[in-house]
Amino acid sequence: MVRLADLEPAERAHALAKRCEPLPGTPFVRGPGLEERRIALVTTAGLHRREDPAFGTVPSAYRVIPGDVEAADLVMSQLSLHFDRSGFQADLNVVFPIERFRELEASRTIGSLASFHLSFMGAGVEAEQLREPVREVARQLLADAVDTVFLTPV
Amino acid sequence: MNALAHFLEEAGIATTGISLIREHSQRMRPPRLLWVPFPLGRPLGRPNDAAFQQRVIAAALALLDEDSGPVLADFPEDSGSEASPPDAWSCPLPLPPPETGDDRRQRLRRELSALRPWYELARTRRGRTTFGASGLELEGVAELLLGFIEDAGRLSLGGAAIMQLKHATEDLKAFYLEAACARPSQAQREPSPSALSGWLWGETEAGQLLRAVGALARSSQNGLLRVLGERALVPRGIDVEMHPPDSAASEKP
Repeated sequence: MVRLADLEPAERAHALAKRCEPLPGTPFVRGPGLEERRIALVTTAGLHRREDPAFGTVPSAYRVIPGDVEAADLVMSQLSLHFDRSGFQADLNVVFPIERFRELEASRTIGSLASFHLSFMGAGVEAEQLREPVREVARQLLADAVDTVFLTPV
Repeated sequence: MNALAHFLEEAGIATTGISLIREHSQRMRPPRLLWVPFPLGRPLGRPNDAAFQQRVIAAALALLDEDSGPVLADFPEDSGSEASPPDAWSCPLPLPPPETGDDRRQRLRRELSALRPWYELARTRRGRTTFGASGLELEGVAELLLGFIEDAGRLSLGGAAIMQLKHATEDLKAFYLEAACARPSQAQREPSPSALSGWLWGETEAGQLLRAVGALARSSQNGLLRVLGERALVPRGIDVEMHPPDSAASEKP
């Protein structure tokens, strides 16, 4: 398990040193019942298709992941070192639960899955650096009729 | 994660999902997140356990029913990833013993050869590999890292080449960790993240090489390379100086 108290001292100090200032405002979007929602996955795992460029030094960069992506097509070029990758190596869904959400779509637990999903790299990024890239991807998601995003960090 | 949620909701899209560090989410107050007591890197908890993963997802999706926020809920189950002591797993793969007179390149090549069948087995069983972020084949990864050491840190490396160096270190680790999990240990237990890390960094030639790369990068005059060495090549808690790398000079032809 990971609670700050369980981390190695150096890891704990690093986590506590991160700037986590609250952002202004408290946006809170409501929506339809789960069975009507169109959901996209967004992760900060630094995932992308094998043929896409790996992540570099731009911490707010993101990559588009097609909705029909196969697990074997995805690799991770997250720059952060301080998390376990063996879970992702064993099972993509432990980081990017695309197969679990396809099951939810098939069982009609959710309305539908988006045509595409997104992965940010995220390591070392300041919150405000994400504002414009997120506005950009939000426009694309809204154009795909997405009303809900499921977020996974690493 | 917290900022992404905030900005997506500002744009009119509802969000829910996973928080791995509760303290960060408490401070940033994103609209809805489910805190899970799992290792960093495993937001859904248990690999290859669809039922467990669906319970995590269901708990996070349930937050969409809340009328107001911010909401930070706690997932009640542990993933059990570190349930056994870190030393309860030992890698079942036989690593070749060092031979007198071997240099780093020879030691690494013999280790890669010994592990390759297990890596291929893991790739077949899993139907995928996570090796490949650097865009290089295994030979290319090994040569890039060995060349970096032998060329005194390649101080003239540009940004793209420095990033490829980082991705090559992750590819080398992926090769080792995927190979290590191909053959079940006697205990038939999935190795914990810390057990795998201890094996890689403490028992393999690759671990020694990666420490050497990290030490050289840390001492570089190249700012980007130095930052990479300080933050992104060798984990905190793994002392690059504990097993000093062979000096670059001693291995130069």
